[in-house]
Amino acid sequence: MISITHFLIVSACIFSLGIYAILAKRNAIMILVGIELIINAAILNFVAFGRYDKIHYGGQVFALFAMVLAAAAVAVGLAIILNVYRHYRTINPDQITDLKD
Amino acid sequence: MELFLFYAFAVLAIGSALLLVSLRNTARSLFLFFITLFGMAGLFLFAFADFVAITQIMVYVGGVLILMIFAFMLSNKELLQDLQHGKNSLMAFTRWQAVFVSVGFLVVLTYALWQWDSEGLPLWMQQNIQDGNIIQATDNNIPQLGIKFMTEYVLAFEVISIFLLMALIGASHIARKEPEND
Repeated sequence: MISITHFLIVSACIFSLGIYAILAKRNAIMILVGIELIINAAILNFVAFGRYDKIHYGGQVFALFAMVLAAAAVAVGLAIILNVYRHYRTINPDQITDLKD
Repeated sequence: MELFLFYAFAVLAIGSALLLVSLRNTARSLFLFFITLFGMAGLFLFAFADFVAITQIMVYVGGVLILMIFAFMLSNKELLQDLQHGKNSLMAFTRWQAVFVSVGFLVVLTYALWQWDSEGLPLWMQQNIQDGNIIQATDNNIPQLGIKFMTEYVLAFEVISIFLLMALIGASHIARKEPEND
């Protein structure tokens, strides 16, 4: 049985890497990947704490909900990215500077 | 043995995530993301969340990652641009800012974790350990999860299904081709 601290440390590392990907990347798809990494770190925390709650199973249930939210976010985000690419011919967030065409 | 496997999965997940954020080539990063997700799914198994691990593989690898690769291939002019003026930005300012912020987050989280760990486990966890209400390796999780979805969490379940339906309809509406009228 692995102590909960191990899970939390791994999840902290993944979270920090997600923050780095969001801040440093110049490609909207990689920023979306960073958001996914952060959500995955949160899911790992849910699951690790959920092991101590056999009555309500709250951790695993809400880990599944978080996964659904992440999938919905990716679907809408990629649709927006494709539209932005069609309009601006780039997906670098630094170069998308107009609110109106 | 269990601890060794846990460390192997943790190193797999963190190492591939580290490589993912440091690579310049987006296609390679996306395939490394695949490995990161597999490593995370392996870590879920060590918390006895087998259904969550399988769902992670099916939803992320089968859905999200394929979608991302499609979007990447439909907008791959960016790849050429990145390769062309990639050399001089190794020491770019934003990169160091990002390293600073993410290492800061890591330090804050680790410090908070250390503080939390020195106080001992929270009361509800101690109570559940005492009563034997923690999930064991021999438990059958999936029927329990199904029952909980349909009884205790049924409102959240319905809300999330309507939300998913709305998000998918919205995504397909946004992504469709505009009729050519100009």
